[in-house]
Amino acid sequence: MGSIGQRKKRVDAYGKVTGEAKYTADLEPVNILHAKVVHSTIANGLVKSMDIDEAAKVPGVVKIVTCFDVPENYFPTAGHPWSVEPPHQDICDRLLLARRVHYYGDDIAAVIAEDEVAAARAARLIKVEYEEYEPIVTVPAALSEGATPLHPEVRKDNVIVHSHMTMGPKGFTYEDGLREAEEKYGRENIIVFEGDYNTPRISHCHIELPVSWAYVDTNGKVTVITSTQIPHIVRKSVAVALGLPMGKVRVIKPYIGGGFGNKQDVLYEPLNAYLSMQVGGRPVRLEISREETIVSTRTRHAIRGECKAVMTKDGTMLARELTAWANNGAYASHGHAICANCGTVFKDLYRDRLGTEVDCWTVYTSSPTAGAMRGYGIPQSAFITECLTDDLAELCGMDPCDFRIKNCMEDQFVDPGNGITFHSYGLIDSIKKGREFIGWDKKRALYKNQTGSVRRGIGMAIFCYKTGVHPISLETASARMVLNPDGSAQIFMGATEIGQGADTVFTQIAADVTGIAYDRLFIESTQDTDTSPFDTGAYASRQTYVSGMALKKCGKQLKERILGYAAYMLNTADTDIAKTEHAEKIREAKERIAKLCGLKEGDEIRPEMLELSESIICLILPKEKKGDAAGDRTDTTGKADAEGQEAAVDRTSGIGQADGATQTDTAGKADAAGQEAATVGAVGIDVNDVDYEVCGSENIDSQGLVKLFDSAIVAETAFYSLDRSEHITAEVTNQCKKNTFSSGCCFAEVEVDMKLGLVKILNMVDVHDSGRLINPAISEGQVHGGMSQSIGYALSEELLVDEKTGRVLNDNLLDFKIPTAMDTPDMDALFVELEDPTGPFGNKALGEPPAVPGAPALRNAVLNATGVHMDEIPMTSQKLIAKFKEAGLI
Amino acid sequence: MFDIESIYEAKSVGDAVRALNERPDAELISGGTDVLIRLRAGKGAGRPLVSIHELSEIKGVELQENGDIRIGAGTTFVKITNSPVIQQYIPMLGEAVDTVGGPQIRSMGTIGGNICNGATSADSASTMFTLEAEIVLEGPEGERVVPISEFYIGPGQTVRQHAEVCKYFLIRRDSIDGWHGRYIKYGKRKAMEIATLGCAVRVKLSSDKKLIEDVRLAYGVAAPTPVRCHKAEAILRGRRTDDEMAVEEFVKAALTEVNPRSSWRASKEFRLQLIAELARRALADAVRLAGGKAADEIACWRSGSLAESDMADDTSCKATADSASCDSMADKEVCAKTGSASTDANRRSRTGEEEGGGRDA
Repeated sequence: MGSIGQRKKRVDAYGKVTGEAKYTADLEPVNILHAKVVHSTIANGLVKSMDIDEAAKVPGVVKIVTCFDVPENYFPTAGHPWSVEPPHQDICDRLLLARRVHYYGDDIAAVIAEDEVAAARAARLIKVEYEEYEPIVTVPAALSEGATPLHPEVRKDNVIVHSHMTMGPKGFTYEDGLREAEEKYGRENIIVFEGDYNTPRISHCHIELPVSWAYVDTNGKVTVITSTQIPHIVRKSVAVALGLPMGKVRVIKPYIGGGFGNKQDVLYEPLNAYLSMQVGGRPVRLEISREETIVSTRTRHAIRGECKAVMTKDGTMLARELTAWANNGAYASHGHAICANCGTVFKDLYRDRLGTEVDCWTVYTSSPTAGAMRGYGIPQSAFITECLTDDLAELCGMDPCDFRIKNCMEDQFVDPGNGITFHSYGLIDSIKKGREFIGWDKKRALYKNQTGSVRRGIGMAIFCYKTGVHPISLETASARMVLNPDGSAQIFMGATEIGQGADTVFTQIAADVTGIAYDRLFIESTQDTDTSPFDTGAYASRQTYVSGMALKKCGKQLKERILGYAAYMLNTADTDIAKTEHAEKIREAKERIAKLCGLKEGDEIRPEMLELSESIICLILPKEKKGDAAGDRTDTTGKADAEGQEAAVDRTSGIGQADGATQTDTAGKADAAGQEAATVGAVGIDVNDVDYEVCGSENIDSQGLVKLFDSAIVAETAFYSLDRSEHITAEVTNQCKKNTFSSGCCFAEVEVDMKLGLVKILNMVDVHDSGRLINPAISEGQVHGGMSQSIGYALSEELLVDEKTGRVLNDNLLDFKIPTAMDTPDMDALFVELEDPTGPFGNKALGEPPAVPGAPALRNAVLNATGVHMDEIPMTSQKLIAKFKEAGLI
Repeated sequence: MFDIESIYEAKSVGDAVRALNERPDAELISGGTDVLIRLRAGKGAGRPLVSIHELSEIKGVELQENGDIRIGAGTTFVKITNSPVIQQYIPMLGEAVDTVGGPQIRSMGTIGGNICNGATSADSASTMFTLEAEIVLEGPEGERVVPISEFYIGPGQTVRQHAEVCKYFLIRRDSIDGWHGRYIKYGKRKAMEIATLGCAVRVKLSSDKKLIEDVRLAYGVAAPTPVRCHKAEAILRGRRTDDEMAVEEFVKAALTEVNPRSSWRASKEFRLQLIAELARRALADAVRLAGGKAADEIACWRSGSLAESDMADDTSCKATADSASCDSMADKEVCAKTGSASTDANRRSRTGEEEGGGRDA
């Protein structure tokens, strides 16, 4: 109990550190066949014919499958829950292998061979005849008149979706706002600004490559073992692609070495399943190389943001406009969701007093497909929005922090478009905390009027982030717990551990809710669609919020069943139980209860009188006997709302156990959100209506519990009782119909060596308003990882596509520059821990937000240092030097 | 799994020469950090390999009786960096090869491979040019010695014949005694990097440390092959170490001797900026290491308004000057003299490159 808020050791730490943990490739059977995908060497066109004769002669080749062989089942790949409403269904624009080539590197054939070398040799020998069209690599090219529609089967032109959103009066336009601003404030009192900001296409660079292997089981099930974040969604797409009923497809997800959203897409699993079926169901392995991963899986969208803004001279934002252009590449994947997300945060983050107008365009091009990546459009949005904000602050001469505090979204903000609400508001506190931590005011003063070719600067950026996808999409999750005869239990989640620490956090939740000791809980890390509960998977920073709530409800049920059985044992101590080996212990416990509670002969011991704590069955001492220790047990619960995502002030939550050693703001300090519940600890079983006579007191712990016996006795008896055998399990589905904003900021201090175009990060701190932390150590890890990603995003990462050929130029980790450990400074992760009333434990999104604010904070620091506006990331040395020369600085 | 026909472990250099001579399609492999990357990409797949990886006769660094230094071609970067002879006589070379790739690559890759791969970006190459290294090759016709200035003939191409094995490098005493030098690798990140530009400067000062008696300047990635800048050197000879005009003339001349190209990795303009700026910094460092007073201040951040107490927790001027991925090589030499910093600490803070960096060639 009380494991919420503790820096618990990861449950998978030993396995992963020792290398014993089994990943997809570790589980392959011997004699598996190896497949190799053949990729197109043109960006746009048709495969006219393929000559496989020479390839087929390579010793070891078993079978070659080409784009002329595959079924015509168009399938979707996005890791979204399937929508039962056709307009909201993901776009089906993909075939297993493409005759119509959509980008340089499209999958056009596959070789199956006895080993990798034979497969690679054969793949090199396949001759392809193409009909070539002009590559359409950029958004302007794809939208230009006469551009070939890349997917005529689903769209008449290359616009996947164009959406229009506004804030303010109905039908607001920026032009209206500008006119109104002039009329209301006078032309001389306003500042009008326009700026374009560009973000690059980047690769996720997860360590484990996309790898899968597939076979057809003896029961006819097409089984795919794969490194994915979304096993249940993969199952759906494989079924659609292969034209099989869902029950015929089984997907298994073992440990995974990172995904960052790339594996929130169905990648090569359908092809892998198909290839196995082509060789009589023999196991076939399909590992995608790093080069193929960079080119042929998914990327982060390059988004160009064209911004307009008007504000008063004293820095009151009046109106802003964003036109966002997202290059979606060759296939729809997640479609418009990402660019729309980008536009939403632009309008939500600040209060335009007159209104905000946003246009989002998601466009097909003949280039690598963009899909989900950590942050899902918000790193782009934060860059665009926060460059604009700093540029505006500069124009009106305000301190960037003050300017943001004056204009940013407020407590209880509700997005009028989707109703998402800022339930627990720590945005301004985050700004204040970061500002103080990094010594903002002193350094801003210090870095004024610098000369010389090496300069320093400090910058910051803020963001907001929703938790999960409700109401845009379905939020549903299930959890199952199964008690073992020794009182330990398994936890089965549909939610996936992808390195973020989900298994550990779920174990902490289960320990907290059930009262089973942390080390007696075993989470099953592998998801198997045949045996695991349903969950849509790891994405949208949703699992601790949505799946965590499912587990909370499930744990509660399991505990009720254990206590129910314990009560039965106590009540039958002299009858059923009398014959068992535990008879004496139970009778003794019963006598103590009778004495403590003044029970009379024949009075029933009810489950509500009992509690499970650290795997010990305890008696909850009646109210009058407890003294001060347990505080007031008046029911603070019962606030579970109709939709199911319960009110957060839940007496079983046990919040308040945060490790105070490193948390400057520990959870134990009850805040305004109503943390009385926290003092109850993890054991506040509802006894408000219990009214027993007072008896003598003994063995009362600080929480008012009297230890009776180990729950193993209950578990064993429940399994093997000759009178009443009961297998204690629980399984709960949680449909979440709530959502709340997380927020936070990043502060960065840099030194710029202008003659060499080098940016050195001196200090960098993220402050996150992510509600209560379940595990501060894991939370800090998430933040550090995200910050590292934002450093690469800001300074060095960029996937380069040749505009003439559509070929990716830097498809390897030498040329695609992710920062190394030596490029990464020491980073600080701080939190403003407020209780969010919608989270199962006061928690809200944290998984993705750390990747969001770093890039604009670094850009704004460079601006502060040099006065140069780097409106395009990455801020490479070459671009910096060109800008410094242009500005006459070097 | 690599796509090779076979691998033959040669028993001696002569045996390797024989094996290569027998199979015109065979490829020579030593550390493998370039060859295996090419094989993985399917280039030259299916060929036989002749390995000199196990030959101890071409490993090691040796100070000869006449004061020349002999470096076996099969010596790994790590062994060079850690060689007491290198540390004492040519620390610049040990530091240059310590910028290659990461620790694993530096433990496998060899200096012979780095040079023979023919890449302009090879981290050892520009330093070897300023050392006027001589390359000793053995082939079917016997042994021959090639000055490094005549070794490269184009991107990825050298005068080494198919059946020739590079045995060792000779650095003459003339290029060691009284010389001090500095190699700056400029990359886009601080490790696992191919040089965007490499600049090597060696100087020899007059006995009063006031004049530049002799200077050598060489670049990697400033042309299709590593280049030496003789005209620039001539300008600086005999000039005062702190003569700013002289330095600018030196840099200007150097710009006429290079031929960088624009590629998607870096534009010509960008490389020219680096060629000029790195020459200034490498020269200043080399002069300082030689005990002279340099014209250029170390590029570092200063603020008049910064209080002493603030400076204390700020990165020191020296440390900030190394924000180039080249890092603190100069510091190391300076520190080595004052005995105040460990080699290891400095090494860890430095950068690297994949061997040869053939991809830029």
